[in-house]
Amino acid sequence: MSEERRDVLTGTYFVIGDVAAAEGAIAAGCRFFAGYPITPSSELAEHMAVRLPEVGGVYIQMEDELGSMAALVGASYAGAKPMTATSGPGFSLMQENIGLAAMLEAPVVVVNVMRGGPSTGQPTKPGQQDVMQAKWGSHGDYEIIALAPSTVQECFDFTIEAFNYAEQYRTPVIVLMDEILGHTREKLVIPEPDQIRVVNRKRPKVPPEEYKPFEPEEDLVPPMAILGEGYRFYATGLTHNEQGFPRTDDPYEQEKLVRRLCDKIRRNKEKIVRVEEYMLEDADVAVIAFGSVARAAKAAVKLARKKGIRAGLLRLKTIWPFPEHIIERLAESVKSFVVAELNYGQIVREVERRVDYRRITFLPKFGEALHTPHEILEGIVRSVRGGKP
Amino acid sequence: MTTVVVEKLDVFKTHPLGKYLRRGMIPHIWCTGCGYGILMGEFLRAIDELGLDPDKIVIVSGIGCISRIPGYLNLDGLHVTHGRAIAVATGVKLANPDLHVVVFGGDGDLFAIGGNHFIHAARRNIEMTVICGNNFNYGMTGGQVAPTTPLQGRTTTSPYGNLENPFNLVYLAAAAGATYVARWTAIHVKWLRESIKKALMKKGFSFIEYISPCPEYYGRRNRMRDPLDWMRWFKEKSVIMNGIDPAKAELSMDRIVVGEFVDYERPGYVELLKQLERRVQESLKKRGIRTHARL
Ligand SMILES: Cc1ncc(C[n+]2csc(CCOP(=O)(O)OP(=O)(O)O)c2C)c(N)n1
Ligand code: SF4
Ligand SMILES: [Mg+2]
Repeated sequence: MSEERRDVLTGTYFVIGDVAAAEGAIAAGCRFFAGYPITPSSELAEHMAVRLPEVGGVYIQMEDELGSMAALVGASYAGAKPMTATSGPGFSLMQENIGLAAMLEAPVVVVNVMRGGPSTGQPTKPGQQDVMQAKWGSHGDYEIIALAPSTVQECFDFTIEAFNYAEQYRTPVIVLMDEILGHTREKLVIPEPDQIRVVNRKRPKVPPEEYKPFEPEEDLVPPMAILGEGYRFYATGLTHNEQGFPRTDDPYEQEKLVRRLCDKIRRNKEKIVRVEEYMLEDADVAVIAFGSVARAAKAAVKLARKKGIRAGLLRLKTIWPFPEHIIERLAESVKSFVVAELNYGQIVREVERRVDYRRITFLPKFGEALHTPHEILEGIVRSVRGGKP
Repeated sequence: MTTVVVEKLDVFKTHPLGKYLRRGMIPHIWCTGCGYGILMGEFLRAIDELGLDPDKIVIVSGIGCISRIPGYLNLDGLHVTHGRAIAVATGVKLANPDLHVVVFGGDGDLFAIGGNHFIHAARRNIEMTVICGNNFNYGMTGGQVAPTTPLQGRTTTSPYGNLENPFNLVYLAAAAGATYVARWTAIHVKWLRESIKKALMKKGFSFIEYISPCPEYYGRRNRMRDPLDWMRWFKEKSVIMNGIDPAKAELSMDRIVVGEFVDYERPGYVELLKQLERRVQESLKKRGIRTHARL
């Protein structure tokens, strides 16, 4: 056991998802947290408030989520790996500066422990209603990466992955949890530090005179200088050229910038997307689910198999960029789809973009609790009968 | 026949402050008679006279005419969202306390949309300098009413006269907890520069209100279209009253009280944070544990 390491607390624990995500962040090198308390994410912030001073990091409770997200952008540019945690109402306020982070290409991680909305909604109940907001929440064209853990262990693992993606692609990354996951106590194994893969942003390879803060390399990601290092760069939320200078009237620079901001993620989609394919090899019907719902969905698939129905599960571990290519491939081999989500139709819209809606059975649920395996099983049965009950 | 070769003057080299300007970003966008150039010049003279390492200065701004300042300076600069400069600057300062963090913002940017960040940063006494260019209106968007527009002041969105009482920014800053507070106008260049120097060296939240001519918009609708009208107003109506209660620091067409109003010490946020970190880590060591968290 590495008793010296306070950042990676190698060992086996029984903790809630919020705490696991916090430990994942610290293990990934996060040393800056700015947030504003909101159920069901407050335990994450509280854990960071205890832990960050132990590892030389900064915890600050800001005056609101506008300021929290803004502080993350500043900390990111000052060299930190910053994080915040929130839920629906706070996530709405963060959108302004999630857009800023996308434009300034600031690596930041936002955990959204989803509850029921709209507005203040159901603070203590789970939801998956912020799927589209995670992608489209701020104005303008940009792409984003969003991960969706299903277990407490994944809250830890995926938060590390979120930081790695943020650093690699210089983008905000969203971790979409839900209330059940945030508050469920499960086994968490924190590995030895050398078993944890940590990615750091690319740094400039040229002297300050030659440095252009938004000049991309082949992967479309520009190396990032840090404030105070002598690069004397300027970063603006206005449309800018590679030097970082405002080019607000230049259609060429606007197109070039927007295309690159989107393409650095679109073109790397196959490297970013993660899914779990469970019993899909011979499946006639594929259930698509993520987060806590995917656990009920897996149980439903097992029940269906017992009944002799060839069902399988496509569990989305990343939600954005959306795994269209995988859905397309699956559409060749399965006859029908069941989409189960804790909302009134968000993931299903993305599936419909690739699959005829008549092949899809949609199982919305409004969030006072999860779907039961039997509810999803019922959907599977309906789906193999061609939609008839 | 002799040919005289006139080399084009490279002001970035020949002007004493040229080294602080960013090539490719000049000329600036400000109108003739705008007060922001004077402020920028005095800021540069202040850092020059202090001998601060330019690599360790970070300028953060939101959106507005004044918020273009970091673009023109050959220093690290972030030009962020409207109103959020102080929150971004908070992140910068806490992530790297060795930096001098300076925020330039307009009266709208810092006290309307960003007012909440202002009062909380002052309350926390975060070690940063905030300089507000008060031009009594929203210059960038065409001269709309601001939280500093005088009662009955005419703007594009208060066409019949402003009904709202303006903030007294220095009083607000003092009440919120700023440890250095001053106000100057565009004619008080010498005092302004000395004030900026003090603010930059302050180990806490420092605030300077700079009354800035906006002949283009506020002036046009309030009989101060000529930049000189502003300078005459400042010259005739301002009085230096260092140390007076900022609540009594009047700012009206009849009287502009300028001066240093607040200057005292209390521990800054970064300092307290460092103490806390030391305390937490010592307790871990003493108790021989890896964490205080119950895992
Ligand atoms: C969220 C948001 N709302 C509105 C605007 C439009 N806007 C840009 S600058 C500005 C006001 C600027 O006034 P001030 O801060 O006083 O600066 P000045 O231009 O007077 O120097 C406004 C309302 C914006 N950019 N963002
Ligand atoms: S609009 Fe007013 S504040 Fe803006 S540049 Fe012109 S004079 Fe200056
Ligand atoms: Mg203004």
